[in-house]
Amino acid sequence: MSRLSSERVTIAQEIVGRFPRKKSALIPLLHLAQEQDGYVAQDAMVHIAEMLDLAPAEVYGTASFYEMFKFHPIGKYCINICTNISCQLVGAWNLLHHAEQRLGIKAGGTTADGLFTIEDVECIAACTEAPALQVNYRYRYKVTPESFDGLVAELEAGKLTGEFPPHGTLATVRQETTETWSNRGTEAQAKVDAR
Amino acid sequence: MSVPTGPRIITSRFDVADGHTYSGYVRTGGYQSLRKAVGTMTPQQVHDEVKAAEIQGRGGAGFPAGTKWGFLPADVHPRYLVINGDESEPGTYKDRMLMELDPHQLIEGILLACYALNAAQAFLYVRGEMALAQERLAQALNDAYANNMVGKNICGSQFSVDITLTWGAGAYIVGEETALIESLEGERGMPRLKPPFFPAVKGLYMQPTIVNNVETLANLPYIVGQGGGDFKSLGAPTSTGMRMFAISGHVNKPGVFEVPNGVTTFRMLFEASEYCGGVRNGGSVKAFIPGGASAMWFFPEHLDMALDKPTVDKAGSMLGSGAIVVMDQSTDMVAACWRIVRFFARESCGKCTPCREGTTWLERVLKRMLDGHGRAEDIDMLFEISESISPGIAWPPRQTTICPLGPSAVSPIASAVRRFRPEFEHYIEHGRPIDGVESPFATHLATHV
Repeated sequence: MSRLSSERVTIAQEIVGRFPRKKSALIPLLHLAQEQDGYVAQDAMVHIAEMLDLAPAEVYGTASFYEMFKFHPIGKYCINICTNISCQLVGAWNLLHHAEQRLGIKAGGTTADGLFTIEDVECIAACTEAPALQVNYRYRYKVTPESFDGLVAELEAGKLTGEFPPHGTLATVRQETTETWSNRGTEAQAKVDAR
Repeated sequence: MSVPTGPRIITSRFDVADGHTYSGYVRTGGYQSLRKAVGTMTPQQVHDEVKAAEIQGRGGAGFPAGTKWGFLPADVHPRYLVINGDESEPGTYKDRMLMELDPHQLIEGILLACYALNAAQAFLYVRGEMALAQERLAQALNDAYANNMVGKNICGSQFSVDITLTWGAGAYIVGEETALIESLEGERGMPRLKPPFFPAVKGLYMQPTIVNNVETLANLPYIVGQGGGDFKSLGAPTSTGMRMFAISGHVNKPGVFEVPNGVTTFRMLFEASEYCGGVRNGGSVKAFIPGGASAMWFFPEHLDMALDKPTVDKAGSMLGSGAIVVMDQSTDMVAACWRIVRFFARESCGKCTPCREGTTWLERVLKRMLDGHGRAEDIDMLFEISESISPGIAWPPRQTTICPLGPSAVSPIASAVRRFRPEFEHYIEHGRPIDGVESPFATHLATHV
């Protein structure tokens, strides 16, 4: 879809300033692109490459390694159902099967209205609260087929927009600091660059 | 059953409603250890307390943190502290709690470590999938900066540190310290070869770097405040302090507990009413994983073993990341084994051929058994492939790979096939589990994956 907006370019420049080397800002900037469009658009990757003095292929090379980055639009609500060992032991596959039936899609698919994507994911660190799932990387614990239906109904009715921002948004608080690596002077930077 | 209990050190604010805020943290004694350190102690004295505490790293390997810090070469700057908050070992649930419920405690621990290490820059790397932890840490850092706890001339001293918060984007392998460093440099998270890339010497940007786990650092405010000797006295001499364990699976009350290290037994954790309150439905343990999906499994004969690092190591497994998964008699061991192997097959970074190919083959062989297409030669094939990743299939594992991910996929196979071979043979012969165990799949597996 699009390059980064001017507000996001400002945020991107702040992030770049917090690292001794520009390329370290690559993953944070990819998140910024995904937050803007719900996925990482090609134009955004080209824009990021320009900002970080990289080839677009280097940007895609890193981005494609990481599971959270999507390169085409997915559902507004990405429902990640954990099926790893602790969840499997207490019914995760039944839950996933139920979710697939309820939404009429298979894991990895997106509903026709663009509202939901389901993923069959690895451990999400909620093992004592199994079976667990995430909606846009925010948790629901000890999920049953019934509570899953309730969750879907509330999401469909638009009641949970506060709890679950659209896919792509992670932390709603940004680190704010005016400290940048360049404040430390050229000597400190030269020491990093020398290695 | 009488069980040893101890003070809650790092989980002390979990029940405090505003324990995650700056005011709540300061009200409950927070940042006192930092003031004490920068006001009255030298960096070497802080390092000495951590050495005296003999705290073993809580990320998985259990290497003593004080010793690790000693590997930094003198007078090479800049040097970095990197905090590993990429908790993703299956069964592990503790670092996320520490980041969400007590972020300032972690920040204070980071500052104490930077003070001891003479590091002026820390990078706090949180797992990508943990939105609330990222949010809480961002807010905590903003508040700590505003109150002069982070930044220039902390608490009016000559000590200055910047902490940069960043996060990943979904890759288990980034929990390996050199892969995490690659990821911090904007690369694919692929581990580096050691030697020569020991982080303490050639780490982030090829500078000296210490990588510590979240739980390890969260203990520092207590260690510096109360003294390393006090911390050490809370656990066993061979496994010091208090430690967090997450117990999940077939127990009545799964939970995360902070327990005296090295003295509590598995049976106590599973059965005592203070902890998990017994196996579900009055059943009994068939097998359990003592320290994360990478660990060799334990069985009923190990129940009375203390959770003590040297004891567990000697018995042929590890406490790893404090992730204990309990499986009762109804568990389908072929399915359990397959699920863990699938995890490693999915998460292999692809750098080393034995792991990239081997883990995928192992997964496919196990899946065809579950699908009812198992062949007579499959069990031998599982061992043959395992041998190519981890020669000898022993513990501690030998490896033909750069990092331990590949050998980790061998652990469930070595454990489950050796102990429950008839279950695998039954699947091969009849295409279904033995009587008395429940398949975890709602429908035929082939419809799922």
